[in-house]
Amino acid sequence: MSFDLLIHLVLLLLLPPFLLGVVNKTKALFAGRKGPPWLQVYYDLAKLVRKGSVFSRTTSWVFRAGPAVGLVTVILAGLMIPQGGHLAPVNFEGDLILVAYLLGLGRFFTVAAALDTGSAFEGMGSAREVTFSALTEPALFLGLFVLVRSSHSLSLSRMFGDSLPQSLGVSGASLVLVLVSLFIVMLAENSRIPVDDPETHLELTMIHEVMVLDHSGPAFGMILYSAAVKFFVLGALVARLAVPFDVGLWAWPVFMLATLGVAVLVGVVESVMARLRMVHVPSLLIAACLLSAFGVVLLVR
Amino acid sequence: MGELLLVAVVAAALSGVPGLWLRRDGCAGEKSAVALVALAFVCGVIPALWVLLSGTTLTLHAPWQIPYGSLSIRLDAISAVFVLQILIVALAGSIYGLGYWSQREHPENGTRLRLFYGMTAAGMLLLVSAHNTVLFLAGWEIMALSALMALTAEDTHAEVRLAGYVYMVATRAGTLALFATFATMFLATGNFDFSLATAAVSPGAATAIFVLALLGFGLKAGLMPLHLWLPGAHANAPTHVSALMSGVLIKMGIYGLVRVSAMLPNPTVAQGAWLLILGVISGVLGVVFAIGQHDIKRLLAYHSVENIGIICLGLGVAHLGRALGEPGLVALGIAGAVLHTFNHGMFKALLFLAAGVVAHTTHTRSLDRLGGLLKPLPLTGALFLVGAIAICGLPPLNGFVSELLVYLGLFGVVDVDRKLLWLLGAFGAAGLALIGGLALACFVKVFGAVFLGEPRSEGCAKAHEPSVWMRLPMVVLAAICFGIGLGSPLLVPVLDHVVQAYAPIAAPSLVVRVPFTSFALLGVVLLGMFAAVFAWMNRNARSTQAPTGVGTWACGYARPTARMQYSASSFGEMLVGLGRWALRLEESPTVVRGTFARPVAFHSHVPEVVLDLVVVPFAERLVRLFRLANRLQGGDLNAYLFYVFATLVVVFLWVS
Repeated sequence: MSFDLLIHLVLLLLLPPFLLGVVNKTKALFAGRKGPPWLQVYYDLAKLVRKGSVFSRTTSWVFRAGPAVGLVTVILAGLMIPQGGHLAPVNFEGDLILVAYLLGLGRFFTVAAALDTGSAFEGMGSAREVTFSALTEPALFLGLFVLVRSSHSLSLSRMFGDSLPQSLGVSGASLVLVLVSLFIVMLAENSRIPVDDPETHLELTMIHEVMVLDHSGPAFGMILYSAAVKFFVLGALVARLAVPFDVGLWAWPVFMLATLGVAVLVGVVESVMARLRMVHVPSLLIAACLLSAFGVVLLVR
Repeated sequence: MGELLLVAVVAAALSGVPGLWLRRDGCAGEKSAVALVALAFVCGVIPALWVLLSGTTLTLHAPWQIPYGSLSIRLDAISAVFVLQILIVALAGSIYGLGYWSQREHPENGTRLRLFYGMTAAGMLLLVSAHNTVLFLAGWEIMALSALMALTAEDTHAEVRLAGYVYMVATRAGTLALFATFATMFLATGNFDFSLATAAVSPGAATAIFVLALLGFGLKAGLMPLHLWLPGAHANAPTHVSALMSGVLIKMGIYGLVRVSAMLPNPTVAQGAWLLILGVISGVLGVVFAIGQHDIKRLLAYHSVENIGIICLGLGVAHLGRALGEPGLVALGIAGAVLHTFNHGMFKALLFLAAGVVAHTTHTRSLDRLGGLLKPLPLTGALFLVGAIAICGLPPLNGFVSELLVYLGLFGVVDVDRKLLWLLGAFGAAGLALIGGLALACFVKVFGAVFLGEPRSEGCAKAHEPSVWMRLPMVVLAAICFGIGLGSPLLVPVLDHVVQAYAPIAAPSLVVRVPFTSFALLGVVLLGMFAAVFAWMNRNARSTQAPTGVGTWACGYARPTARMQYSASSFGEMLVGLGRWALRLEESPTVVRGTFARPVAFHSHVPEVVLDLVVVPFAERLVRLFRLANRLQGGDLNAYLFYVFATLVVVFLWVS
């Protein structure tokens, strides 16, 4: 147990920036480039922490609270999200709702911090962020509903844990639909293609990147790190759902490989797809909701 | 104890009376009114807390001379929760009124406002403790009519009179439905007490009672699509009256629905399903309409519709649980619904009071003319933020605790044998998730538009914090939001008593089903971690050499102005577009032509769809129909004489 706890914490705190490196390497491979080093994100973080932060005179304490709340909420959520089939360090009946709402709290403050700058660009990004995330919420909850039904538990550690192999036999078809839906939710929540393009440098078309335009130094480092952790924890759910088997002693290596696989898949999606036009993004998210809803209907059949 | 409650009712009812004889321009009237409301608070809180903590039921019965009625008081845990929130919000609003609507600034209507404010509170206290339908209706009418007089305090303004008129029509219609409800209950039970539970009721009569109650109480609660009176009334009333109305008055409808749901002898699955579906409709559409608003108080009013929806979802789960004989669903559903009722009373009153400060100091309620107020109003801004986080149901505040209970109830449906009900549970959970996401969008928009960025108008630059009388009630309400959010384990016995009052079933205590302790602990951890990280950031920010006093990055543009900020309307534009099928957005077409375009104006407006596009056209048609009767009754004496003559002739012919 303490061994699992240690690995959980180490992975949660140290692995996430590496995953972004994997995504970037994958994209570089597709583009025929060498790409940034695997550990580039760590270097960026180390550089940012040493720098000073510039604060616009328009901003107030809310601007500084944004990154702090974002970091704290995503770490707390990470403590409740299981990795592989292992129990998360913090688990209790009902933690799935707390996780979803903690991410919501982080979003509230990130968006408020963006609005605090008074910039029209950041306002645009905020409006998109809240619109799209409001549409991902039902997809997430419908997907979780399927898992609650098949595991008879309201704890993520049980839903994605040892009861998953059994659920596979009962509601395998539903779980496949939920997997696809959760993957779309993950892409949207982490502002990846086809919802948002993390690479773009045109403020008018960005979502997440434009919201954090005015952050700098350690504050921006915190945002970058929080985004990586969020990518990891949501990716962990997708990875577990993609490999829902009981592999005994191999659980940790299999989980890590699956998580890396998710990162590679995100890189592949970014390489082969273009970002959707902003007006078409809601259709994609509603499609994700409907996929999960079909999953629920399949349960009832 | 029961007598103490009656003292509270009388003290609240008479709170404005001394002011009638006191000097118009003096402050003795307002001081005595607050003192009497405070007395009512003390007298009412003691029995309410006693009932909540001990789980006993207070009864008081006195024979009464009025036909059909009896002075029959019964205070159980459900009533006590409502009594408690009425008293808290009434006292908070009353103190706030000292600064907001002082007698010196409003000599013409201050006395009237305080008189009816107190009577509204008294009417509510009476109705939630009544055990007799006639007494209930008496309290209901005192509340409804006093609220009308309080909300039209500024009746020199045309829009206030209009809002009051719409409110009056709606409340009359609701009372009519309640008369029918109670008459049907009388036919079933043979007496005017709330004793339906023990009577033999035919399915037809039960359905009639359910539908009529839904209509009558739904109108008061503002359940979509019966919410038509609510936005106008809340926006145009003085702010502390809005807080009282939105915080507790509309909850009287919820109280009625809870009572009827608890009393119906043979609850059916269909009834529970209807409550649940209406809850989702009300919740989603309420928040979608809210996003389209430009007026901060109107926006808050639509959020009441949303929260009534969430409460109704919880009540639907409880009713479903009773129909299926599932104690778990009953416990989670009713505890969630009642706790959310209380919580909404607290954070909505807080939000209204903070919005009142904004309107008071900047003289505008339009979101697109506000901005940057966090600097001149640091305390009000922070308190508004607390209310906004609470109403979005985000941890670690009180809104999260009650929404969590409703979620757990909805997810609990999967353990029921009837598979089709799973769809209902999934629908409810997805609906609540969507409501949560949209509410977040809306409140981040409001907080951003009002308190963040640069001031968009002159008024904002001159804003200043209000007097201590207006700040104190907001601080207390915010403290309650924190207290319930972090101290939720302490609520367990109280909520268990509420569950027992709703349905005396052998449900295990909520503490078994809900990990309150984990949530409270994690809430504290969250605050602690945030404080540590935030402190580190602030220290770090001070110690570095980074340039200070620079402007926001505007892509190289050197002279950004406050008007270039993203406005609240632009912020909501995408979501309003997604909800276009319900919103019927009215926009003026804007075409920019030519190289040197002339100035163009743009205007958009979200009408109150049910009122403006359904009820008013229908009423106009009705008026046109009755205009035909005008031809017969034109005021011409000769014509009337002719009618008399013709009638006589016809009668004679008929008789002979």
